[in-house]
Amino acid sequence: MAPGTQVSARLKKNPLRHGKERIIEGILFSAAAFSVFVTAAIVYILLSESWVFFQTVPLRDFLFDTQWTPLFDDAHYGIMVLLSGTITSTAVALLVAIPFGTIIAIWLSEFAGFKTREIAKPVLELLGGVPTIIYGYFALIFVTPLLQKIWPDLPGFNLLSAGLVMGVMIIPYIASISEDAMRAVPMSLREGSYAMGATRFQTAIRVVMPAATSGIASAYILGISRAAGETMILAVAAGMQPNLTFDPSEPGATITSYIVQVALGDLPHGSIGYQTIFAAGLALLTMTLTFNMLGYWLRKRFREVY
Amino acid sequence: MSQVTLNAAQIAERLAAIRKIIAKAKRFDTFFAILGLVSLMVGVLTLTALIADMAIRGLPRIDLDFFTSFPSRRAANAGILSAWVGTILVMLVTALAAVPLGVAAGVYLEEYAPKNWMTDIIEINITNLAGVPSIVYGLLALGLFVYHFGFGQSILSAGLTLALLILPVVIVSTREAIRAIPQMVREAAYGCGATTWQLTRDHIVPYSSAGILTGVIIGMARAIGETAPIITIGALTFIAFLPTAPFTGDPPAGLFDWVMAPFTVMPIQMFNWTSRPEADFLVNAAAAGFILMLMTLIMNGLAIWLRYHLRKKIKW
Repeated sequence: MAPGTQVSARLKKNPLRHGKERIIEGILFSAAAFSVFVTAAIVYILLSESWVFFQTVPLRDFLFDTQWTPLFDDAHYGIMVLLSGTITSTAVALLVAIPFGTIIAIWLSEFAGFKTREIAKPVLELLGGVPTIIYGYFALIFVTPLLQKIWPDLPGFNLLSAGLVMGVMIIPYIASISEDAMRAVPMSLREGSYAMGATRFQTAIRVVMPAATSGIASAYILGISRAAGETMILAVAAGMQPNLTFDPSEPGATITSYIVQVALGDLPHGSIGYQTIFAAGLALLTMTLTFNMLGYWLRKRFREVY
Repeated sequence: MSQVTLNAAQIAERLAAIRKIIAKAKRFDTFFAILGLVSLMVGVLTLTALIADMAIRGLPRIDLDFFTSFPSRRAANAGILSAWVGTILVMLVTALAAVPLGVAAGVYLEEYAPKNWMTDIIEINITNLAGVPSIVYGLLALGLFVYHFGFGQSILSAGLTLALLILPVVIVSTREAIRAIPQMVREAAYGCGATTWQLTRDHIVPYSSAGILTGVIIGMARAIGETAPIITIGALTFIAFLPTAPFTGDPPAGLFDWVMAPFTVMPIQMFNWTSRPEADFLVNAAAAGFILMLMTLIMNGLAIWLRYHLRKKIKW
């Protein structure tokens, strides 16, 4: 026997050990692949259940009808009505979240010292972690009466207070993504700017923000998608009457709050009224998915710049 | 080359002009520093107002009876017994489903996954799932768990729904925790002839466990407050009984009776009270909200504390 063979025999692939490795890898892979299954299941359920709905209601009516009365005898299914509520409340929320979120992001990334940031970031995180039902309660019981003091005609349920509170909820989200984008801007750009005699504010506005544009844009877009998908604040504080309006001082239903309304009612599964929630869900998913994809793509781009 | 000579007065004049520009720029700087602080205060004040408002309204209502009573048609007798028991049981199902699945997926993506299109698809998928509105998960669960699988409006359906919802959170935090482990640990293990699984089991998972735990806690804190998906699967809002205690029935089938029981959870109980017209029920809602808020604050605080200490302690 040649002297080398004994060693190489020991190094030979052990089928038992190798087989076990493969099995474990397979199990772990299926756990990771499960996420693909979840996505597929979401798409399948929404499509197949909406299919039942779209066999009764033509797509044209769904998109262009200006009434949403699925529970009445004279049923109309115009998603535009719910969409107007979603757009209005999202717009109000963004009017709050974008300015405050951006200012906080600039401040945290360019102005605040290490210590301040260590305190401010967890506080923001807590703000983002409050259950939305509590925000809804807060909008209904605290913010609406407050607004009514300034503006006595405001109805008890309105899109305005729901939107404002939703905006506060989204601030941490926009602030943290924008801050990440700004901190990813290389130090050398800031140093160059300071060397030219620019102040912090000038550097932040004219150097850091332009360099982080795509990241900040992605934060805004993800904020939109977050606001459009928010449910409980609107279900509690905005009333649930479908209302084709872009006036935030009116009550209104959104796609999400309509789904809650039907789920709380006692419509039988399989009836056309019930199937509407899947069609509404499909519309919502299409919307948020588009925004998410856009945001993801933008974020990916800014990461690759430096 | 012509030289412009300036007399003393002209120099002083130009210097003054420059100083003015500098002063103006610095004023902007100070102004913005204050503006940033004020913006942050908007968030902090909202959080304070929210907690204070609920404490003022709800605290007088919180006593032992509130925890040990079922919901009632009379506001003064109503309590949150079925709600907090339901929340704990649903969270149990959620944790049992989401943690193994999420950690396994995270480990696979960091330690095993080859760089190919399949991995890319999985990664994009997880990013996507994190952005899907929670109510869509509710619709998925309604179609899949409640009707296709026939789980009904049970603790099992709700727990699995929330597990799907927090799965991306668990996966992402697992990956981040694993990524923080330096490459030399892997090289040392492979150098000693360890297989990937031995490396994962003996080194990667133990070293990243605190980071994973942080992610799990944040995920659970989110799940505990989720209302929309649970309403969507059709959870009842008025439950005046408790499910059988877990793992106490006749084995083997009786052990799992509890998962099929109808239930209610804290946020749903709160929503139910909020949507009633009587003012007394709003007090109950505030009390339930305060307790719910306390739960999520404690969980989030624990996660933040854990992360902070982790960063200080570990020096690779």
